[in-house]
Amino acid sequence: MSTRRTIPALAAVLALGLGVAACGGNDNENAGSTSPATTTESPEQPAAIKHNDANAKVALTVGSKNFTEQKVLGEIYAQAFSAAGYTVKTALNLGDEQTALKALKGGQISGYPEYTGTALLSFLKVPADKLPHDSGEAYDQVKAGMAKEGIQAFPPTPFTSSNEVGLTKKRATQLGVTKISDLKPKASQLTLFGSPECRTRRDCLLGLEQVYGLTFKKFVPVNIDQRHEVLTSGQADLSIVFTTDPQIKRNDEVLLEDDKRMFPPYNSTFLMKESVADKAGPDLAATIDAVNKNLSADVMQELNARVDLDKDTPEQAAQAYLKQFKLIPD
Amino acid sequence: MNALVLAQAGNDFFRNRAGDSCVADNGFCPNWIVHHLDRYVSPFWQHLFLVVVSVAIGFAIAFVLALAAHRRRGLVAPITQVAGVLYTIPSLAFFFLLLPITGRGNTTAIIALTAYTLLVLFRNIIDGLDGVPEEARDAGQGMGLTGRQLLWRVELPLAMPAIIAGLRVAATTTVGLAALATYAGAGGLGDQMASQKEFISNIAVGGALCVLMAVVLDGLLLVAQRLLTPWTRARAA
Amino acid sequence: MILAVLGQLGEAIQFIFTKSEGPGGAQVGGSQLLPLLWEHLLITGVSVAVATAVALPLGAWLGHSRHGSFLVVSVTNAGRAVPSLGVFFLFFAALGAGFFNITLALILLAIPPILLNAYTGVRGVDPETVDAARGMGLTGAQILSRVELPLALPLIFGGITTSTVNVIATATLGPEAGVVTLGDPIINPSSYGEAGRLGAAILVALLAIAAQVGLTAVQRKLTPAGVRLSGQAPPRRLLFIPKRRVAPTP
Repeated sequence: MSTRRTIPALAAVLALGLGVAACGGNDNENAGSTSPATTTESPEQPAAIKHNDANAKVALTVGSKNFTEQKVLGEIYAQAFSAAGYTVKTALNLGDEQTALKALKGGQISGYPEYTGTALLSFLKVPADKLPHDSGEAYDQVKAGMAKEGIQAFPPTPFTSSNEVGLTKKRATQLGVTKISDLKPKASQLTLFGSPECRTRRDCLLGLEQVYGLTFKKFVPVNIDQRHEVLTSGQADLSIVFTTDPQIKRNDEVLLEDDKRMFPPYNSTFLMKESVADKAGPDLAATIDAVNKNLSADVMQELNARVDLDKDTPEQAAQAYLKQFKLIPD
Repeated sequence: MNALVLAQAGNDFFRNRAGDSCVADNGFCPNWIVHHLDRYVSPFWQHLFLVVVSVAIGFAIAFVLALAAHRRRGLVAPITQVAGVLYTIPSLAFFFLLLPITGRGNTTAIIALTAYTLLVLFRNIIDGLDGVPEEARDAGQGMGLTGRQLLWRVELPLAMPAIIAGLRVAATTTVGLAALATYAGAGGLGDQMASQKEFISNIAVGGALCVLMAVVLDGLLLVAQRLLTPWTRARAA
Repeated sequence: MILAVLGQLGEAIQFIFTKSEGPGGAQVGGSQLLPLLWEHLLITGVSVAVATAVALPLGAWLGHSRHGSFLVVSVTNAGRAVPSLGVFFLFFAALGAGFFNITLALILLAIPPILLNAYTGVRGVDPETVDAARGMGLTGAQILSRVELPLALPLIFGGITTSTVNVIATATLGPEAGVVTLGDPIINPSSYGEAGRLGAAILVALLAIAAQVGLTAVQRKLTPAGVRLSGQAPPRRLLFIPKRRVAPTP
């Protein structure tokens, strides 16, 4: 069982609070209103999602993959589309990316939020040496590649949540590693835990073996929800985690630097069949844009924390997000 | 961009998590449980639905089969064999064997759960009918009852304890099995447990509600038995 | 529709026997399933063995001394009402993933049927037989070992059989907790595909049936001839009847 990490958590919260205080001022004054434009960019306050009755005849099923961030994103889009007037159903927790894509192509879902990096590696099979490392370039490649299959990739979120090789700070100090390539001499004594599909993914075990030349003592597949538990319980030396995981700060984990640039950017882009997107009309793209504007890494991490740590439901977290940023009425 | 976003968010969006960490540590947190019981209400009713429908249909099928086998003894062995095979197949496997035919959802779950109850129910009904004392049958025939009247007025009432015993076993075990319905795409308490499987409080509440449901159903059936077989009470008194 | 189902069945059977590339790019099926089968058998064997070592002596002794029926009934009812999924996830949440942790959960699940049947079997031995044995000068322990246990063997074995089938079923959940059993294509179908999922479901079902049939056959071999003739052994033709009230497979 994990032990309390109150001091680092307190420190993290204090730092965050100080950061926010420094930037935003007193929340009594600023709650919901735009701050004075002191920068060259005017703050982008998205308009609330407009309800259009004409959309009711379009039925959408929003899907998602099988971990917290995906379920939250799925709920956010589902509730946003519903606010825009569409008739929405959800089919969250489908499985991994292959299962989700299959459901999309087969028509069981209308769309789901995918990551640019995942699409590049798992769907478009871009070779490691041709991987883009700029978020914008990654999105462009995904957009072009998926368009060939008749799938539209909508503009991405600001946040990127990459696969990372994580371990506890204690273990990292013990092993004396800061970069993934530092693992090379020690890999044969280390166990890596990851999701079942990790074994065959080039941005997971397969990539670590091919790009970094690592041969681990053992790879253990576990449920993706367990990725941090296995580190805190001491079962795993290394685990594949995501940059927006709130547990990283909380459990005092360390992410190894990807010095060989194996991992591409992972911004979330909503995928939909072109035919479905066309039928849905212009409101769809506008809604997705409005939703994406405020999905920064910090906000996404907070939403993940609400579900993983506070045990809110993804539905509740999504609603809180939409209300907070005035996308739906309170 | 981040700073502006945060400014708009205000510090109240980002929660302070420095306090109580029972929930974040996935432990057993009575305080959280008490405040979040509403999360289990809908799964509870879904679960109960699956159990009641499965046992009801199972009973209907087993009853018809038992009546048929009561007359034609040759049917007992093959029916028992088939019911036994259905009983042996693990439900998880059963759900996915049915998947190509019935797809995901309640139907698949109910078919598999019903199949499990058949063996216990069929055996208990047959045993109950077989256990009717000869004297009772003779007395009935002596009174001039037809075969049909004999069945409904003498044999079945006397077989009631065994039949209810079978129903009790079927109901309580189906409650446990229905937890697996989440893998068939049906809802229920198992679905709720699986949605947060590292959180001990969640598993504990889900499991406890299953036990509660089993105990209540068992109790109700026992009461039904007492009501339907008043003579056993008289004997005991 | 029938053709579609038959087609999927054909693909599933092909998956069972031939290794080929799955949707995830890895080689799956055929001989790749052997380590999964081994893990499944291993965890089942260990769990049932330990559960028998615990529950059989306890149940037999309670049945012999005619004490503790309340304990046995309570354990049995609890075992029946508590969902196997719940026990599995509880151990997983409390102890984490891994073979050892999950084996503990499976042992707990395997105990009730063995306990109940050992108790019922020993206790159900004809009191006259026990008296006769006592009259012949046998001690309590000798009565238990030489008279009651042999006579209770069919029932005891029935309990072990039920537990084995239960554990085989629950071990299918293993991949949720890092124990890669035959349940892997069912729980994590992404690398195996739908054919793999159906194929694995067929294999698990066959494994359970094989265990039931096999153990019942062993039971009949082990039942002393005298017991078989005396009529306390189960009738030969009815292969699948679990004796008395035992918990069905999860």
